[in-house]
Amino acid sequence: MLNPYIPVLILMAVAVAVAAGMSVATSLIARIFRLRRPNPIKSQPYECGMTPIGGARVRFSVKFYLVAMLFILFDVEAIFLYPWAVVHRHLGWLGLVEMGLFIGILAAGYLYLWKRGAFEWD
Amino acid sequence: MQITPRDIWNISPHLVVAALGLIILLIDAIWPRISKRQLANLALLGLIGAGALQARFWPRGQVTPVLGGMIVPDGYTAFFNLVLLVGAGISLLLSTDYLEWDGSAHGEYHALVLFTAFGGMVMAAAGHLIVVFLGLEILSISLYILAGYQRERRESQEAALKYFLLGAFASAFFLYGMALVYGYAGSLDLHAIARAAGAGQGAAANQLLLTGIGLLLVGFGFKVAVVPFHIWTPDVYEGAPTSATAFMSVVAKAAGFAAFVRVFALAFPGADLRHQVGAVVASIAMLTMVVGNTAAVLQTNIKRLLAYSSIAHAGYILVGVVAVLRNPAAPAEGVSAVLFYTLAYTFMNLGAFAVVLALRRRGEELLNIEEYAGLGFRYPWLGALMALFMLSLAGMPPTAGFFAKLYLIRAALSPLVGMWWLVITLALTSVVSFYYYIRVVTVMYMRPAVEGEQAPQASAGPHLGTGLALAALGTILLGLIPAGILQAAQQIAEGLVELGGMALR
Amino acid sequence: MDPLNAFLIVSAGLFSVGVFGVLTRRNAVAILMSIELMLNAANLNLIAFARFGDPTVLAGQVFAIFVLTVAAAEAAVGLAIVLCVYRNIRHINVDDLHILKW
Repeated sequence: MLNPYIPVLILMAVAVAVAAGMSVATSLIARIFRLRRPNPIKSQPYECGMTPIGGARVRFSVKFYLVAMLFILFDVEAIFLYPWAVVHRHLGWLGLVEMGLFIGILAAGYLYLWKRGAFEWD
Repeated sequence: MQITPRDIWNISPHLVVAALGLIILLIDAIWPRISKRQLANLALLGLIGAGALQARFWPRGQVTPVLGGMIVPDGYTAFFNLVLLVGAGISLLLSTDYLEWDGSAHGEYHALVLFTAFGGMVMAAAGHLIVVFLGLEILSISLYILAGYQRERRESQEAALKYFLLGAFASAFFLYGMALVYGYAGSLDLHAIARAAGAGQGAAANQLLLTGIGLLLVGFGFKVAVVPFHIWTPDVYEGAPTSATAFMSVVAKAAGFAAFVRVFALAFPGADLRHQVGAVVASIAMLTMVVGNTAAVLQTNIKRLLAYSSIAHAGYILVGVVAVLRNPAAPAEGVSAVLFYTLAYTFMNLGAFAVVLALRRRGEELLNIEEYAGLGFRYPWLGALMALFMLSLAGMPPTAGFFAKLYLIRAALSPLVGMWWLVITLALTSVVSFYYYIRVVTVMYMRPAVEGEQAPQASAGPHLGTGLALAALGTILLGLIPAGILQAAQQIAEGLVELGGMALR
Repeated sequence: MDPLNAFLIVSAGLFSVGVFGVLTRRNAVAILMSIELMLNAANLNLIAFARFGDPTVLAGQVFAIFVLTVAAAEAAVGLAIVLCVYRNIRHINVDDLHILKW
């Protein structure tokens, strides 16, 4: 009765082995193949090709965090517009109404954030 | 795909709850000074309205799925939606006083409660794995926020983070399981999966399908808090605001089991496959009952005690799930037992939390069980109600908990299930559970009361009082006249089984 | 090799890396990132099955889009919770969260 589970067990073992193997293998491979020829310019942080100004470890205002979070949300929700845009002729009025509802719900979220003052910097 | 007005009518309870959540969110944002009590009343009104719309489907809804098979507005959906609406309604009643006392009454709380209920209702109605996933996430994400609702309390924040990290981890397993089932069946529609899994004789030995089912079990197991996926439960229940704990303990469980039973009863029809999955579920059920009940004995904090008790109850309900899976002749019996238990659990657990929410001492919540000394005489009504809920949770006749357990045992005792040891475990662990439930009652009545300024205070406003009364009424009525609900539950369960049969034709 | 299998193996590997990350990382944000890896592994599976299965059934691809958006919502809520925890406790090391017994 347990026979059918053996493939499952094997799969689990493989999964564990892959996870363990990868972490060990990457560090080993890196140790073997990496070159060590650092020079001051090479170890400089890359900042769009400019000479960096100041350290990279400055503290950012936590307000950026909120902006980033909201950006992710509204940015990703726009993904639904693409498939709709491709077939909107085929979907007709029903599709338009549905998309209007969807954007309406997003707009409600936007209005909520606005009224709560999430977009005010101070 | 066409959407007819009829489809909209069929999902109208869902729409009302979701729209009301959005409206409350906006009202509170636009007029921040509005009384939160009014918002709670508005939310309650909406829940009652949604319940009235849903009651039309009682007890036999419409069996044909709507919206391209995404939503099934059958009696099963109606039952769980009503349980969820009742759970959310009573929780809202319980929370207003608590939130005002705590100084954290914001409109978002009510909106989040409605969104959670909406997520649960979507899960209960889902006829498609995408919909199950979306419902689960709407429910879970709202609950993460509710757990961390008290932004200044470290415990609440810690609970939210733990709940979130473990919940998201479990969701990922759940999703991977769905992907594997999709790979096996070539569809995410429950009926199509049933046709694929029922046609091939090899379903019971297909590694893709078995791994997928196993991962689905992990996801559902986490949501309804069964051992070994229960680690988060006591911490989150203890840390979250007490009103949110009351809410999540009943709503997450009801919604989780609703989708759990529907998916496993419909999508995997092969008797061989069910037999095997049933064996796995049975061992989880046994583990859950044993661990939940033994750990509850050791608790001194009432919220942690109720957390472990909720784990134990999830174990009992799993016995019903086993009966569904391993009894091909009459799976409806198991389904109806699960339905009845979920309803009874909603009333008695909310009632127990209601009493906890009513008690204070020197501006703090009264959470240590030892501090309940003398409450039975100081507040006779509250003491009597707490005793009622504790006895019902323990399964003492003639309360709701007794009949709920009785029906579970009856469903699991069928010789076809062949799991007498599971029933024995259920009975023995119930005996253990008497110890810790009765301990609360004995502390209330047998220990001398603390006098003076240290003495606990009870306050129940109109909202909390109504919620308490409703929970008590439900617990007593289900205990005194269980026949009506049980009959409806049986009809609903037969409807679900019929639906499963139709899928295969 | 069967092309579907290649996708499944990559996906299983990605999933395992995610699980490994969740179990070994101590920083809440790093755990969140590992969870995103796991979700994307499932997405890869869904899309591979949709691509190599019945071409008329698009459920897998549609599901993947839903998962992306849900993951974004989850990440936003998760990051907000992390932020709140940091404001209260001044760190986000999950090993040192022990007001509540684990």
